[in-house]
Amino acid sequence: MHDRTIAREILIEAPTDVVWRTITEPDQIARWFADRVELDLRPAGEGKLVFDDKATGKTTTVPVVVDSVDPLRRLAYRWSQPEGEAATPANSVLVEFTLTAEGEERTRLRVVETGLDGLDWSDEAKDAYAEDHNDGWAHHFGRLVELFAARSG
Amino acid sequence: MSAAPDDDLWAAIADPSRRRVLDLLVRDGEATASALAHDVPFTRQAVAKHLAVLEGAGLVSRHRQGREVLFQVDPTRLDEATRALAQVADAWDRRLRAIKGLAEAAHRRAKDG
Repeated sequence: MHDRTIAREILIEAPTDVVWRTITEPDQIARWFADRVELDLRPAGEGKLVFDDKATGKTTTVPVVVDSVDPLRRLAYRWSQPEGEAATPANSVLVEFTLTAEGEERTRLRVVETGLDGLDWSDEAKDAYAEDHNDGWAHHFGRLVELFAARSG
Repeated sequence: MSAAPDDDLWAAIADPSRRRVLDLLVRDGEATASALAHDVPFTRQAVAKHLAVLEGAGLVSRHRQGREVLFQVDPTRLDEATRALAQVADAWDRRLRAIKGLAEAAHRRAKDG
């Protein structure tokens, strides 16, 4: 049995409050995650991520439930539960964002997805999910994304 | 938000030499073909060809300043291209980089403003 925890982190040249707003304010989240976002930022607060697939015109809504909020330091929510069902460790994945100040104008942002192993999914489905979210940073396109990040502003 | 990459865009950035030219333009803000040619292992003529393709895809634009022709990146188009390409990349790496870009831009605006 292997661990399917998904962990990623990045160093951002901005203070924690700016990074916090970027990952918690719906209009900000809509710029890096879903097309439309609703989020009630308090424990048990509900929200949704709406993804529009322009190619097919199909809309996918992913419900999220806030697990815990520690302003400027940590945000955790559950997602991937079936629509209409309450999120539990058996039917959802926990996403945790952790912010660590590294100086006044630098923040380390870490994202960890856990709970995949507890899901009532097939091993194949779990592996596919982990692979999809964990796949290496080998894509050469990444360089352009980084350059854009460095250029913007 | 999910910009579909068009053929021109893909063709323009599929070539590593053109991506190099684009990288340099992103770094320098604007530059002449001759200046760019100093930083790449190919000729000024090759640079000019790459710039023409990038311009055709809308990724760069040119303007005249005195006797020089300066090229610069079109940020909107680069943004579109970046989004399109990012869809191919790994989900969280892509999202974290987007967060980084947004937060750093917001921070810079706050400092400058």
